[in-house]
Amino acid sequence: MAQALLEALNLQVHYGGIAAVKGISFAVEQGEMVCLIGANGAGKTSTLKALARMIPSRGEIHYGNRRIETLPSHELIGKGLALVPEGRGVFARLTVAENLLMGAYHRNDANGIAVDLARIYDLLPRLKERSSQVAGTLSGGEQQMLAIGRALMGRPKLLLLDEPSMGLAPLMVQKVFEVVQKIAAEGVTILLVEQNARLALEVCSRGYVMESGLITLADSSVALLADSRVRTAYLGE
Amino acid sequence: MKTNRERFGLALIAIALIALPFVLASVGTAWVRITNFAVLFTLLSLGLNIVVGFAGLLDLGYVAFFAVGAYVYALLASPHFGLHLPFWVILPIGATVACIAGVVLGAPTLRLRGDYLAIVTLGFGEIVRIFMNNLSSPVNLTNGPKGINRIDPFQIGPLNFSASDSFGGLVFSGPIKYYYFLLLVLLAVIIINRRLQDSRIGRAWVAIREDEIAARASGINTRNIKLLAFAMGASFGGIAGGMFAAIQGFVSPESFILNESIMILAMVVLGGMGNIWGVVAGAVLLSFVPELLRYTVEPAQKALFGKLLVDPEVLRMLIFGLALVLTMRFRPAGLWPEMRHRRELDQDRA
Repeated sequence: MAQALLEALNLQVHYGGIAAVKGISFAVEQGEMVCLIGANGAGKTSTLKALARMIPSRGEIHYGNRRIETLPSHELIGKGLALVPEGRGVFARLTVAENLLMGAYHRNDANGIAVDLARIYDLLPRLKERSSQVAGTLSGGEQQMLAIGRALMGRPKLLLLDEPSMGLAPLMVQKVFEVVQKIAAEGVTILLVEQNARLALEVCSRGYVMESGLITLADSSVALLADSRVRTAYLGE
Repeated sequence: MKTNRERFGLALIAIALIALPFVLASVGTAWVRITNFAVLFTLLSLGLNIVVGFAGLLDLGYVAFFAVGAYVYALLASPHFGLHLPFWVILPIGATVACIAGVVLGAPTLRLRGDYLAIVTLGFGEIVRIFMNNLSSPVNLTNGPKGINRIDPFQIGPLNFSASDSFGGLVFSGPIKYYYFLLLVLLAVIIINRRLQDSRIGRAWVAIREDEIAARASGINTRNIKLLAFAMGASFGGIAGGMFAAIQGFVSPESFILNESIMILAMVVLGGMGNIWGVVAGAVLLSFVPELLRYTVEPAQKALFGKLLVDPEVLRMLIFGLALVLTMRFRPAGLWPEMRHRRELDQDRA
């Protein structure tokens, strides 16, 4: 097995007395695209938030060759770990361009930032057309693209994507996933949390299935798509 | 670059502001005092605007920092402790103490937003007032509800701010001297605010206001940036408080009730949250309109009906409330809103 870029060991998340994530272990290797699938309330988003240090958790989180569970969330982007939050969290009253520039807040290489901005406009031409428009007035899909674009402005090595398909029209979901695949093709490692299991497994090489706070299945996407339990529970067959 | 027309406009405004106290003094010295309080409240509104307008943290106890500044001045420049430090020493001390108070309020409320934050800040404001009211025993620190009297006015060399001087035929009364001093401080505060707004810190405040998780994911240290908003807002409140104590010559807990916090917040919201010039307009308007009503309601009623039908104080609050309601109905983002806010509202309508 190659060196894991991200590894969680016995990760637990509690809200008050309620355990949302009950001790899970998993790994994402450099250059991989892995998904975490499962039903509503399975603990997928809590897992992702814990990895991005947005909420407190127990257990170990290894990133690169260091432990990150004691780091504050705002330091992670500088280390190449970017979160695209659930529900598209864009800065609604800032323009598209201002949103993208916020993604480079921790950087101070003006030239590099300009290069990356141009690169993101190439990848997401829709954002270029709307660069001076206020983000709150974009469509849901465009906002999702913007959130992804903003995360890319931090030049991440690892992108944590939280439910990018949530609340989007099917056509838009396709477009968002095409973009995600392009980003992966450029060498960015991706951990994707999705309710849309079929779509997630189709684009990822491996997957973990979460059920009430625990990982119940871990396998290659091909195997999971063929698994009868996955087919009945998540693929509606 | 500024055009000639803009320069001309600015020069006109400057001349008007410099000439203003003499024009007002010819009507009555009371109007110079009213103007001074309007400038004082503009300073407070600009301070609160950092917290509420820039960083989006609803603070209902802002008057506490005003109180801290005022009491620091009162204790260090009055017969109460027999201390008589000069104002240029006390004002920075007051700002620092208020700044610490801001961090003390900010630190435990970092995880709170919206209504919850509003309730805690409201409580904080009341706690400060009640402390001032009760810290008269066992050690008499604040002199309790009686307040502190005979506070020193500003003194620069031979220039005493409580006495009149005349230069070249012009009489500079105490309030006029305070007016010029306040105007200078206001100018400095406006410049600082504008710099802050366009800075990295200003952008971080906006990001926190819009979406805190996204802000953290973008690498913003939300804890420090929020504390900075509380601390900066509080410092401005502390400076305003010190000047208030000197101008009044007297402070008591009564001046720092919840109503004052709400009034300052109303100035910020009515003027246009986040926009410096909007906040200035809101503060000036809400400072003057009640005073104008005070002076016109009674004579107007006497002239119309021959007698006083409605108590001026009642009518004043009624008209004041009506003005607020109408503003929020027809200009929900304030009289002179921040660009971003207006942009969003316009596009929603389109």
